[in-house]
This record gives sequence, structure tokens and C-alpha cells, in this order.
Amino acid sequence: MNKKPLAVLGAALAVALMSSACTPAGQTDASGNGKVTIKYSNFVSNGGHEKDLDAIVQAFQKENPNITVQVTTLPYKDYATALQTDLAAGTQADAFDIEYANLATYVNSGVLAPLDGVDDTKYRQSLLESYRVDGTQYALPSSFSNVVLYYNKDLFDAAGVSYPTADWTWIDETAAAKKITDSSAGVFGDFQNVTFYEFYKALAQTGGKFLSDDGKSVAFNSPEGIKAAEWLAQKSGTTMPTLAQGAGTPDFDTKLFKDGKLGMLHSGIWVASSFSDAPKNWDIVVEPGDTQKASATFSNAVGVSSNSKNKAAAQRWAEYMTNSDLAATTRIESSWELPPTSDESVLKDYLAKDKPANRKAVFDALEDVALTPVIGENQQEMVDIVTTALGEVEAKRSSASDALKAAADKVNALLK
Amino acid sequence: MTALQNSRAESPGPTATTKRNQGPGLRRKATGTRLKYALTIAAFLIPSAVPLLFFTIIPMFAAFWISLNQWNLVGPMKWVGLDNYSKLVSDPDTQGAFLHTIYYIVGYLPLVYVGGLAIALALNSRIKGRSLMRGLYFLPVVTSWIVVALVWRWLLNPSTGIVNWLLGLIGVAGPGWWTDPAWSMPSIILASAWKDLGFVMVILLAGLQAIPEDLYEAATVDGAGRWRRLFSITLPMLSPSTFFVVVLSLINGFQVFDQVYAMTGGGPNNSSQVVVQQIYDLTFRYGKAGEASALSWLLFLFILVITLIQVRGQKKWVHYA
Repeated sequence: MNKKPLAVLGAALAVALMSSACTPAGQTDASGNGKVTIKYSNFVSNGGHEKDLDAIVQAFQKENPNITVQVTTLPYKDYATALQTDLAAGTQADAFDIEYANLATYVNSGVLAPLDGVDDTKYRQSLLESYRVDGTQYALPSSFSNVVLYYNKDLFDAAGVSYPTADWTWIDETAAAKKITDSSAGVFGDFQNVTFYEFYKALAQTGGKFLSDDGKSVAFNSPEGIKAAEWLAQKSGTTMPTLAQGAGTPDFDTKLFKDGKLGMLHSGIWVASSFSDAPKNWDIVVEPGDTQKASATFSNAVGVSSNSKNKAAAQRWAEYMTNSDLAATTRIESSWELPPTSDESVLKDYLAKDKPANRKAVFDALEDVALTPVIGENQQEMVDIVTTALGEVEAKRSSASDALKAAADKVNALLK
Repeated sequence: MTALQNSRAESPGPTATTKRNQGPGLRRKATGTRLKYALTIAAFLIPSAVPLLFFTIIPMFAAFWISLNQWNLVGPMKWVGLDNYSKLVSDPDTQGAFLHTIYYIVGYLPLVYVGGLAIALALNSRIKGRSLMRGLYFLPVVTSWIVVALVWRWLLNPSTGIVNWLLGLIGVAGPGWWTDPAWSMPSIILASAWKDLGFVMVILLAGLQAIPEDLYEAATVDGAGRWRRLFSITLPMLSPSTFFVVVLSLINGFQVFDQVYAMTGGGPNNSSQVVVQQIYDLTFRYGKAGEASALSWLLFLFILVITLIQVRGQKKWVHYA
């Protein structure tokens, strides 16, 4: 019994209204010796890379003795909400992580400062350009990553199935998953979230499109869409744990893989470092496709707040975080996400490291990319609509065609 | 209060007397006393009035202003007048959220009231260890909703939860609880009633203890049985407490959020999406603070009307001794 939610909302809105009168964070040292403290809020280091980020911060502060970086780290799940609330209240950090999918919203709202004088040559051009709007750079890519298929060699051996290869298709994956699944021992063959992020990729793998070419309506309500939805949904309860068995709760899938109870896991390269101790024998491979290959690629970036008092210092930090050699090597050393560097020799070091042995798959996956469909302001609502529809198919309460049709109508309404 | 006011006005304290002797005239004295009296009241009100002003009243009207705009919390506001309201009224998701909230109240209120009354009656009699029992029943009330919701999620887990295991022992195939759209709301109702049972019990227990014992003695002499006494003495005498519980539960019921957020997040397939969860999603997930504020105001007006109806209706059934 409490009225907290409304009160909290009210307080947040009150703060928001008053914020126009208040001055935002970011203070200059009163003594006037030029020392500044900037705040950086991030999600990229959460869950195992906090120390690596700290190493980059320490090195930056050594090179820039007048700048102190105060880091706030939040879980990815809560980050967008927290940032939005901070932006509304004017309490955002001087530099903060943003995702490509939210770039349009933030640029249109004028919360990102244009970044001039950045050394373009240090970045992978395609990544740098994706954070440019009408010729203005609004954020600097800090990393990129993609999704691959992790597999547990011991479980494959035990089931007498040969290891996945780059030529595998959905049919091979299903056959292997079925053989590996042993419900009496609590072993599952496969895990892939039944969500928007897997769906648009599966759709591309079977040759379909999520949005129409003009981007004004959806195209996923198609035979390919139905096939993709069914491909994801049929795993649940056969070769993959159901929602009731824990699927969908944070870290459930990685823990299952770590415990040696999961044959194959579709996940991003950012979880690789958490498997350094267990399971014993594992590797990665480019995700199987259906009629064609398609892998999801994500990038993160650092932006500078347009109302920061220390934009220059914040930009210097953003540049260091995204293009310094130290940041790049730290990312490689710790099997973090990949640095957005134009220097291919740095990336070669990544290939030279062991575990997983087949690191080449990370770069092979970049050859056939399925980009996240982006629709602007209503992005999160679209993501929720599609994920909810897929959940209905997964729980067998709706056919794929009915669920996708209903979802398509709803998303089309958002696109108007 | 009136008596107190009069006595104060008629016999001012020692300070006022001193002032009168020094002051220029009778008129001045009256104003001074009244001013002092007003300041005294203000001093006592300030600790609660200031937070109320800044955290409730100002945000309420700020929210009304926001509700007339389109705003993503981040960028500039865009004036849209009453568009947000007209959009919400015709929006099936909003209608669904109100229906689910009413479903929640219809399930929750009888359960928590009857359960709370039963426990209050039981613990009002002289049984051993009743103080301990009262404490135990009140424990969930002071426990965080997040903890309670997660525990209930485990209890009601369709495949590994203890509730379905127990049902299995007596040969009943348990439902899918929070994974099933048909059972998600009953799951939330069950957890909510369990948590609030102790609160209702305490209020009703206080009411029960205020009923004079001689009424029961007289009724017993007249030959009234146990049930007769319950319906003719206990329930009518308890009506002020009942009224309080019902009004409060309804107001809180319309604002149900924590348990929904933690147990189902409004799912599956929006089957447990309630109004406040909708407000939360609109604001913090979808960046539609204007629509969310409009929905907050609609909810406020809705609760206001329901509460006014209850206050009017109480004359018919509430008996103040």
C-alpha cells in the first residue's frame, strides 16, 4: 500500500520543470588553476569490465593532469531510463554513452554537443559516419561488437555431433540441438532470446525485410517473417528452456552455458570474457543462417552534453576513450568489445589471442550484417510491440501469422 | 478545535497580556493576538505543508501543464492542447489499463477485507500467543514490495514453484500463473491480498476493540447466537473502520504499481497492464511525458469521483457511535 510511484513521477516532473532555472552539473575548480572535474556515465563497462575502464581513466588523467573523470556505471537494462531522467532534470554527466538506436532522438532534442576537430583518420570510417547527422559529428564510436554462436565442445562430443561450421544452416542447428538436449540431465541444446533483436536478424537470415524500402511501413508481416518467428518460437520448450524455466531473466543464459548445461548460445562477443574459466572447451562460430547469412552488429558511442560547462575537457575524454591506443589495447587485452580503430594491426592482436580459438568468426560475421531497424522517437515502443507479439507465439497462445499481423498494424500506426 | 479557539481568543497568554499593556490600543491587541495565533498554526503546519507543496501540489499542476504538451522528457515541449486527453480516451491500451485496474480492485478488495476481518475476529478473542500472531500478520505490510513480489514469483512459478507442487499432490494441474495472461492478474491479486492482510487486520482489530462488551452481553441475554451477534452488532459497529479500509484500499488499488512492475511488468501480452504501469511505460520507456501526465490526471479525476461517491454513500451504511 503506497503512493510512491505517482509521487516519484511527480517529483521527477517537478525537478524537470525547475531544471530550466538551475544550472547543470560540471563544476570548475573555484581556485581558478584550470583544474576541472568531468562526469562520465556509462554502461559499457558494467558486468566485468569496470577495472578496464578504470585503467583507461587513470591513463587519461595522467596525460591530462588538469582533468579528473568521475565515472558512473549503470547496468545496460537501466541505463536508457536513467539517462532520460537525468536529461529531463538537467543532471546528466558531461560525457555519456549512447546507443546508435537512440542517436536520432538525442540529436533532435538538442542534448548532444557537436564535436569539431576530431581526428577522423583514427576511426573505422563506417562507424564514425553512423554518428554523423547532416555532416555534423554528434558522438564518437567507442566500440563495436556482434553476435555469434557459442558452443560447448564437450556437449557436442557427448552427443556425438560434429562441431558447427560457418556453413551451418538452421536445419543443422536444429538437428544438433535436438541431439544435445537431455531434459533428465537438465541439458539444453540451444538458447536464443525470442525478442525483437533476434527477430530482425532471423528475418534477414531467411531473406526477409523488417521495414519497407521507404521506411514508412513495416515489411515483417510476410512469409519470411512468419518463418523467422516460428524458428525462434519453436525452440522454446523443445531444445530451449521456457519462460517458466527461467528464460528471459538476466544472466540466465550465460549461467546455463557456464554451468556446462547448454550446447549452443546465441550471444554477443561481450559475454566471451565471462567464459574464461568455465565451461572447459568452447568456441564460437558465425551464426547459422537460413537462405543467407546475417549477423547483428551493434556499436556504442560517447557523446558530450550540450549544456556541459566543460565541453572541451569532456570532448577530450570522449576522444581518448574512443581513439587512444591504450583504450584500443585495453579492449583487445580484456576481450571486451572491439575498438573502433582504423588501425587493422591492433585488431590483428585480437585474432592472435586464444579462447575462443576461432576469433576470426567475429570478423567474418561483419561481412553479412543485419542492421537494427531504427524508426526514431518510437523505437522502444516498436521493440516492445514486436517482443510482446513474439512472446505470444513462443507461449503458443497465438499463431505466428496472427501475432505478426497485429504487431504490424501497431507499428504501422507508430510510423504515421 | 472550536472550543480551544474560543478559549484562546478570550484569555490570551501572558505574552499577549504584556503586549496589551505596552501596545497603543485595543484594536492593535486583537490583531496582534490573531497574527500570533496564525503564526503558531503556520509554524506547526510548515513541516508537512512545505513538502506537500513541493512534492505533491506543485508537481500536480506541473503535470497538468505537461499534459497539454507533447514532450519526450529531453527535448523542447510542443503545445498540443487537449490532444493527449482525446488520444487517451480513444486508445484501446488505456481502456485496457483501466479495465485491468478495475479487475484488480474487484478481486483484491473482497479478498483482503474478508481475510482481514476473519483474522481480526480470531485475534480479538483470548487465544494464546495472539500478540505474536498479530505481529506475524503485520510483518508483510512493512516488507518491501520488491522482496514480496519476487518471493511470490518463485512461489507461483508454474514449473518449479511450491504452489503448483502442492496442487500437484492433490491431483490438480496448477495454472501458468504469471506466465499465463488468464492468470497473471489473479497472481498479483493473491500476492497483494496476502501482503495487505495485516494492515486491514490492524484497522479492524482497533475497531473491534472499541465495541462495548455490554452490547454483546445484552444480546446474549436476549438469546442472540454467534452469527446474529456478528451481523447485528459487530459489523454495524465496525462500519466506520470498514469505510476507512474500503476508501483507502480503493485509492491505493487504483494506484497499484510496485507488485505489477516486479511480478509481471504488465505482461504477458499486456494482460496485467494497469494504469500506473502504463504511466510509467509512457514516461520512462516511450518518452511520452505529455500523454503520461494526461493519464495521471485522468486517474486522479477517476479516483476523486469514486471517493466522493463513497463519502456521499456512507450516510446509508456507516454508523458512527
